[in-house]
Amino acid sequence: MTKTLKNVLWRFQEKAIENFFLTNGFIAIIILLGIFSLLFIEGFPAFRELGFKEFFLNARWDPTSPERESYGILAMVVSTLMVTLGAMVIAVPVGIACAAYIADVASPRMREIVKPVIEILAGIPSVVVGFLGIIVVGPLIAKIFGISNGLNAINGSVLLAIMSLPTIISISEDAIVSVPQEFKNASLALGANRWQTLIRVTIPSAMSGIIASVMLGMGRAIGETMTVLMACGNAPALPRVFTDPIRTMTATIAIELGETVQGGLHYRSLFVIAFVLFLMTFLVNLVSDIVLHKYQKVQQ
Amino acid sequence: MKRPILALSLAILLLAGNSYAQDFIQIKGSDTLINLVQRLSEVYMEENPNMAIAVTGGGSGVGIAALIADRVEIADASRPMKDKEMTAAKENGVIPYEIVIGIDGLSVITNGANPVKSLTVEQIGAIFRGEISNWKDVGGPAMPISLYGRQANSGTYVFFQEYVLNNKDYSAKMKHMNGNAQIVEGIIADKAGIGYVGIGYVYDDKGNLREGLNVLEVAKDAASEPVTPLLDENVKSGKYPIARALYQYTNGKPKDAVKAFIAFELGAEGQKIVQEMSFYPVSGEYLEQNKKAGF
Repeated sequence: MTKTLKNVLWRFQEKAIENFFLTNGFIAIIILLGIFSLLFIEGFPAFRELGFKEFFLNARWDPTSPERESYGILAMVVSTLMVTLGAMVIAVPVGIACAAYIADVASPRMREIVKPVIEILAGIPSVVVGFLGIIVVGPLIAKIFGISNGLNAINGSVLLAIMSLPTIISISEDAIVSVPQEFKNASLALGANRWQTLIRVTIPSAMSGIIASVMLGMGRAIGETMTVLMACGNAPALPRVFTDPIRTMTATIAIELGETVQGGLHYRSLFVIAFVLFLMTFLVNLVSDIVLHKYQKVQQ
Repeated sequence: MKRPILALSLAILLLAGNSYAQDFIQIKGSDTLINLVQRLSEVYMEENPNMAIAVTGGGSGVGIAALIADRVEIADASRPMKDKEMTAAKENGVIPYEIVIGIDGLSVITNGANPVKSLTVEQIGAIFRGEISNWKDVGGPAMPISLYGRQANSGTYVFFQEYVLNNKDYSAKMKHMNGNAQIVEGIIADKAGIGYVGIGYVYDDKGNLREGLNVLEVAKDAASEPVTPLLDENVKSGKYPIARALYQYTNGKPKDAVKAFIAFELGAEGQKIVQEMSFYPVSGEYLEQNKKAGF
């Protein structure tokens, strides 16, 4: 009697735990769908009222203009893409080189020092990085490029590169370390030196992890707000070169959401920006996922 | 057994909350006013230890939006409320009362190395509209003008657009900086820069003009003499063309703790602090206006 009761209880417990994990899995999906639909519901009325052309084929954003209110997000999208691209151009080579050094070249003692330092870098608040951009990086850029000020896309790229480096380095390093020793031994036995082994064998074998790290770093750069808000000038004009000041999508939302009337056209247009930004990061993640799968299949 | 205790502690919490509510004031709004109002509230709290005043910034637009939503007792603003905002407030059952707590000589600043020392209001407007884009067109060296302004949630942004740009659009090339202090830092680092800030921000903490900064003399039009906002008689007499009032708005006629605090701000001690923070005391027509709100 007690045995069957115990058995029932045990089975019940098993079921409960299973359901608990199932719910947790679903919560993540529900939250994602919730955010997606919130952005869509809040933003759609503005989209319907102003139309596709006003938002996407118009570079002029000035919703509080006394002359003509304007809701073009083209300049912001270009700004966000520019600064992200700039950041990746700087951070990817540096990050991979640094990861390869830590994983493959550095002495254990050196590794003990460098790894925690990079992890500390990840903990610096974005406001502090933005402040550095104004005080240190900006004047330096002005001097190097011979322009009057350094509040532009280059400044943002440098700062975002610094901020995405820890992500890129630590995940790439994990990937490089986990390449089986046999691969390297085989390469060395065939007469390749350590450099050739690293470049031709170790890094290609770790490529899926490295791509994932770059994508995560890119996600960080696209979504970063405070740093670019402080150090990039926020001029609404369409940027043409990297020495132009830029105004990213995130900065616009952060600056303007506080003062808009809830439910107004300006408020809803900010949700349209947020929705587009969401789609962009979603796309980055999707592409990285597809690339990863392809790569893993090729490897097998 | 547990429930009565819970109910009792809840009741105590509510009672305690009530007895303190009277003495807690939330102030939000203008970044031009934030340092001044913070200083005023610090001194006031020292004298009245049972008072708690929280001052936050965000911009005049943000403060006014918070007042309309009835989330704050006082909104700081460096511009008057717009008609649109008044209507929105009334629809929400909020009746804004306007009090002027000081006068600002809105300062147009350039880099100390720039030889241009004075401009007319019309020239400044044309520069910020983007119609004049090189310093050589206003008697300076040949270099493109680099514009520094505030963000749209700033009262200074709106005031400047209305009174200097004649309600036209800012140039799309203007950099939108996050507060007065950032504009000052930007201009000090930028030889070709021009920007506008509340006069309290052109001094350092010892009351000296910031090094590497030039505060332009401004003329009403080409026929009048340019005057500097650094001398208080220019601002008080109205000779300086872009002086403006600094406002606080309350929901309904100020009473109790809010009234006591505003009375302190407008009193001798408060107005002395206004001057210490490099703004100018309330005078003339504004004194009359404050009477309407009961001061």
